[in-house]
Amino acid sequence: MVVRCEEVWREISNYLEGEVPAELSAAIEDHVRSCKRCAAVLDGTRNVVHLYGDERMLEVPLGFSHRLHRRLADNTQPNRRSFLGWMVAAAAAVIVVGAFEAARSASFGRAEPRSEHAQVGGVPPDMTVLVSDDGKTMHVAGCPFIHDRAHLRALVARQALREGYVPCVRCMKKYLASSLDDLSGDIEPQSFS
Amino acid sequence: MPEKTPLVENPVRDEEALIRRIRDGEHDLFYELIQPYERRVYFAAFAILRNQADAEDVAQEAALKALKNIRQFRAESRFSTWVIQITVNEARMWRRKHHAHTMESIAGRDDDGQGNYTPRDFADWREIPSETLERKEIREKLNEALAELGEIYRDVFVLRDMHHLSIEETSQALGISTASVKTRLLRARLMLRDLLSPGLGGSWNTRLSFEKGVKPW
Repeated sequence: MVVRCEEVWREISNYLEGEVPAELSAAIEDHVRSCKRCAAVLDGTRNVVHLYGDERMLEVPLGFSHRLHRRLADNTQPNRRSFLGWMVAAAAAVIVVGAFEAARSASFGRAEPRSEHAQVGGVPPDMTVLVSDDGKTMHVAGCPFIHDRAHLRALVARQALREGYVPCVRCMKKYLASSLDDLSGDIEPQSFS
Repeated sequence: MPEKTPLVENPVRDEEALIRRIRDGEHDLFYELIQPYERRVYFAAFAILRNQADAEDVAQEAALKALKNIRQFRAESRFSTWVIQITVNEARMWRRKHHAHTMESIAGRDDDGQGNYTPRDFADWREIPSETLERKEIREKLNEALAELGEIYRDVFVLRDMHHLSIEETSQALGISTASVKTRLLRARLMLRDLLSPGLGGSWNTRLSFEKGVKPW
């Protein structure tokens, strides 16, 4: 089988994909061995595929991944947020009422100190957590959802909460769950007293 | 209520299970699902829009749209193909809306899409080491050449040769036949080769500080 230059050019892409019949493939190889022009076209095309196929050509802007994650987080946690918002509001109400009751009962010498555990939303107040200046979330070390690892700082949970960071719902799940348990524990006596 | 298994404790990525859990309401897992493809999503948008800020906006919109429509995802295609298809559509809509005036690129402006393309340059290429891609200017020049392609060729080339989708997946993502994919791919490759060829003195020789007629490799 003999092929002309035009046929080689027409089939060059399929040839590189390995999608031409064996006989045609052999004919192209024969032709290219003796035709400098087609050899140049084949080598050049192969180079194009090789260079553009490199991962380094897929360059994304700095911080793209972080921004995408935040945008998704903003859109995927409204229900959780609103639920937590209600729980925080309920907790605040409980604390206000509790503080009022404690102040009132102090005169009768029955005041009991509130648990510090509840004050920091279930997260142990002296636990060391990691935060980044650009983030809103605190994490335990090793959490795979930490972003901006280059600008992390460590501090105790009490301080992080004071600075407005909220616990990561993934790595601090158990503390959030215990926080809700605490809250329900707080609410019940108030409701029935 | 059965306890949900945290994915952080399960290093094996099971995409189907992940998708099932997201459909069941664990929307915060979506980032985990899309993360391996986020670069592809961005670059699919960039290839069409040629602007970083627009591409980022569109990539984010496409990701949100994929999340919103996750129930419509059919397991017969790969999630990556599906999300890139959404990105391509979003980018095209964005371009229609914001850049209707954008000039079509030079190469391929009057193409008939039939793939009848005759190479213009027959100078020989040495094998180009991929290490040259470490140089930002090289990547920029390759991107400039890519921008010269007509849209229909660039879209196919980007999905097939840069994102490594199969011919079938590319045809699915773009909504064209596999025959059209093959034809456009051939033409895109040959045009890029011409645009980057040593003998033509195109975008390389006139603007790079290399010795005249000499390529950086």
